[in-house]
Amino acid sequence: MLHLFKTRFQQGLRTVDFPGPQTLPARFRGRPDLHPALCKDGCRACVDACPTQAITVDPLKIDLGRCLFCAECAEACPERAIDFTAGHFEQSFRKREDLVLTGEEAKLAGALDKRMLSLFGRSLKLRHVAAGDCGGCAAELTALSNVVFDLGRFGVQFVASPRHADGLVISGPVTANMREALRLAWEATPAPKLVIAVGACAISGGPFRDSPAQVNGVPPEIPVDLYIAGCPPHPLTVLDGVLRLLDRM
Amino acid sequence: MMRSAVSPVAGCAFANGAAVQLDAVPVLPASALPGAAQAARAQGLSLVALTSIGDRLLLLLADASSGRLSASFFDLAGANRWPSITPAWPAAHLFEREIFEQRGLVPEGHPWLKAVRRHRELNDPEAPEHPFLRAEGEGVHEVAVGPIHAGVIEPGHFRFQCFGEEILHLEIQLGYQHRGAAQLLAQAPPARRLAVAESIAGDAAVGHALAYCTALEALSGARVPLRAQAIRGVALELERIANHVGDLGALCNDVGYVPGSAFFGRMRGDFLNLMTGISGSRFGRGLVVPGGVRFDVTPEQQALLLAVLDADEPQLHDTAQLVFSTPSVVSRFEGCGAVERARAEELGFVGPAARACGVPRDARRDHPVGVFQFAHVPVAVAEDGDVMARATVRWLEIRRSLRFIRDQLARLPDGPVRRDPGAPRASALGVALIEGWRGTIAHLAVTGEEGRVTRHAVIDPSFHNWLAVALSVRGAQVSDFPLCNKSFNLSYAGHDL
Repeated sequence: MLHLFKTRFQQGLRTVDFPGPQTLPARFRGRPDLHPALCKDGCRACVDACPTQAITVDPLKIDLGRCLFCAECAEACPERAIDFTAGHFEQSFRKREDLVLTGEEAKLAGALDKRMLSLFGRSLKLRHVAAGDCGGCAAELTALSNVVFDLGRFGVQFVASPRHADGLVISGPVTANMREALRLAWEATPAPKLVIAVGACAISGGPFRDSPAQVNGVPPEIPVDLYIAGCPPHPLTVLDGVLRLLDRM
Repeated sequence: MMRSAVSPVAGCAFANGAAVQLDAVPVLPASALPGAAQAARAQGLSLVALTSIGDRLLLLLADASSGRLSASFFDLAGANRWPSITPAWPAAHLFEREIFEQRGLVPEGHPWLKAVRRHRELNDPEAPEHPFLRAEGEGVHEVAVGPIHAGVIEPGHFRFQCFGEEILHLEIQLGYQHRGAAQLLAQAPPARRLAVAESIAGDAAVGHALAYCTALEALSGARVPLRAQAIRGVALELERIANHVGDLGALCNDVGYVPGSAFFGRMRGDFLNLMTGISGSRFGRGLVVPGGVRFDVTPEQQALLLAVLDADEPQLHDTAQLVFSTPSVVSRFEGCGAVERARAEELGFVGPAARACGVPRDARRDHPVGVFQFAHVPVAVAEDGDVMARATVRWLEIRRSLRFIRDQLARLPDGPVRRDPGAPRASALGVALIEGWRGTIAHLAVTGEEGRVTRHAVIDPSFHNWLAVALSVRGAQVSDFPLCNKSFNLSYAGHDL
């Protein structure tokens, strides 16, 4: 017992102060800054390097719903027009089209409407459904419940059944073999309900896009309220997205 | 067991991380397959893969005593069946089922010929499902769980046959995570393939990227700079430490020991953050590329890595000591979910799952590539095959990987970290075995006459090991299942690909 107290003391308080400024390693790749003015006419180096066709040029745009944050484009760009290492971990959006970044300011997620806020603002129970998730998004969602990120302090919790949930968190490209189970889980969640799509796979199929074994992300019959980009998104990114939705940022 | 130096198993011998020309691989009639399998098993070889390539079956074996791999083809000669080798060598059971499912070819005499992943895009989704094995008798009942589980976890279906609380048998039906990853590795635009490889099992992104790149480098005869090899090794071991530390925490959580769960859980994050420092991603995505690594380790990062190791290592020791001396933890870990050594050997389990049963199998020692040719990591083994043994093996591996990382950082070779790997040669087979944190990851790449990869096969360690989970809970209580399952922590996506 003495040993336990000693260790507890030694471990100290480890929970991140959030919301608030965060320090991430210098190489951390988050939401990119784009500088379309630097693009040279006819240059398509980034377009050709991108594994998921997330980039278009004239003018330069990146679809964060497809982006794997792999840095191939930034490396291929001769003009440094794309920078993933600016330290932005905020990459959650309400509308699919807002995920397409330009040189302008990103249209980050806004809060739910008044009625939904009054229902979920102080207590939100979420059910996670992995539907082809490689384990990356699932690992980061699991990390949200540890002592560092401690999602529970915001009144947000993962629960064991869709019937206990106010919404679903969906990760993975939605495999053909999970589509039915996902639909059943969504139907079992009592209305009004939220859907949060986490990671490039759930938003667009990610690296698996157009494979016949999956359906390119959350299918149209399930409306998405929040898109959290990343491959996988950092736990802080998910925390930021959920708290934006709840008007707590 | 007697091991002869000259292999009577006819096959083309080569090293891990090397390639062979397809026309140098001997072609035998399919009727010779059971004999070859029997001989290989008798010699203590391990089965890396049995897969179909065109009209032939490729048998790929690994010999830990010589460090050599051996490939041979078995010609089906237009037939749609071959004599199953599973009765002679149970380790082949899933490989034969996979070929059956993907190609409609039949291993005759296979005792349990059931679809592995229920590929809907290949087979009729309305076709009747293979029935689950059922126990019958008074008081016997069935518990069905999944595909969606009560937690943040990947999907799979578990069917328990129970007598009261006692589990008589568990059948695991996977395939819900099947995304077509192996197919994409040969068919997707080349720029996308590395990202697919990193997404086979997201918590083993470095291991799979390394296996993918090593298989391609084998085909092109690339020489990866020494500095890149060392950085790859550091990343692979960081991945191992992060996952093992996280799983020790999760094991504590599953037995209700919150301090262990909190402390290990937090320290796992420290290792993920170190990985971010090197690669920009908590899971090391984007680091390993064909021909080397994308990012160098600067002297400042080297210093930071060592500073974090210095701070965390005593804390890891302290927490481990705390956990392994807490009676409520020890009494739950010991004797729970035991797998016998004989089962592990005949079914070909790999990684900590095998090593915890006393099977000293580790590709870093048996078939070293890259930095492991120059730096030795001792193999961690335990004997009892239970949850405690798996926890012990993981803790030993954490310590040995920490030492390895320190050694590597202390003498990082100078020079570049990336070199153009060149074009793959035509009509060849390149093989890479990488000891990921769950066990041996195998990637096989086959090129056609134009030097393009026409076939890429991936064997995630979870493919070998899921049956170990099923065996571990036989005779246990239903409530022991989460603990047993976590002690393996296999990848659903890696199995389903």
